Amino acid sequence: MNEIGLNQILIVSTILFFIGVYGFLTRRNMITMLMAIELILNSVNINFVAFNKYLYADKLDGTFFTIFIITIAAAEAAVAIAIIIHLYRSLKSIDVDDADMMKF
Amino acid sequence: MSASIVIFYILAAIILGGGILAVTARKIFRAAIYLLFSLFGIAGLYFYLSYDFIAAVQIVVYVGGIVVLIIFSIFLTHASGDDMPHPKLISALFSALAACVACALVISAIYNHTFTPTSNIAVVPTVKNIGKQMLSITQHGFILPFEVVSFLLLAAMIGSIVIALKTKPKT
Repeated sequence: MNEIGLNQILIVSTILFFIGVYGFLTRRNMITMLMAIELILNSVNINFVAFNKYLYADKLDGTFFTIFIITIAAAEAAVAIAIIIHLYRSLKSIDVDDADMMKF
Repeated sequence: MSASIVIFYILAAIILGGGILAVTARKIFRAAIYLLFSLFGIAGLYFYLSYDFIAAVQIVVYVGGIVVLIIFSIFLTHASGDDMPHPKLISALFSALAACVACALVISAIYNHTFTPTSNIAVVPTVKNIGKQMLSITQHGFILPFEVVSFLLLAAMIGSIVIALKTKPKT
């Protein structure tokens, strides 16, 4: 490990992705689950930028994908928080186990 | 050990440490602050890779937008000083096991795969190049996704206002 190459950055982003997966599986609170999803999306962004820099330096497609993912993540967070606030008004809780009105 | 390697490992430690604390902290407000550190570390990693524009977008959108939104929603919905309940031991155990096994699998796949970099001339990711190529209508153009994403943002804005609007009780 004398030089930072693609592999080191991919390992960081892989570990970050699975930290996010662990948080998504263990947390029962909607806001913390949203935070875990943000971690997962960010690890994907790191992957896109690293692949663009080290493998396809003649194109900028990874940069464009990163920009679009950031945009869509912002839209997703805004809608998710609106839903969470609405659920909190009707249930007085943001625990996923309490939101079971759609359970058959 | 040159300075660049040391900087990379410091950034990796900030990202991963912040991430681990963000998914395990007992107080939800602290979890949001640890997420902030992790996102700052990721912006630093983009600076390290010399993608300045992406780093600036990361700081503006994530640190300035999404984390502030999350903190506001914590204040609107939570008693932020309360501890969250511990996850069930069996669920935490199996989630950690699944995450570690999958992580090891992906890392071994990364080490066994040989990546072949392109030999073409590199394009410098300056703002000028990014803007010219993204909005070009002749080649490498991403102008259609750009327009579609603007509609998506408008729809998300209206949708979140409609969803979060307080409905008046019927008299």
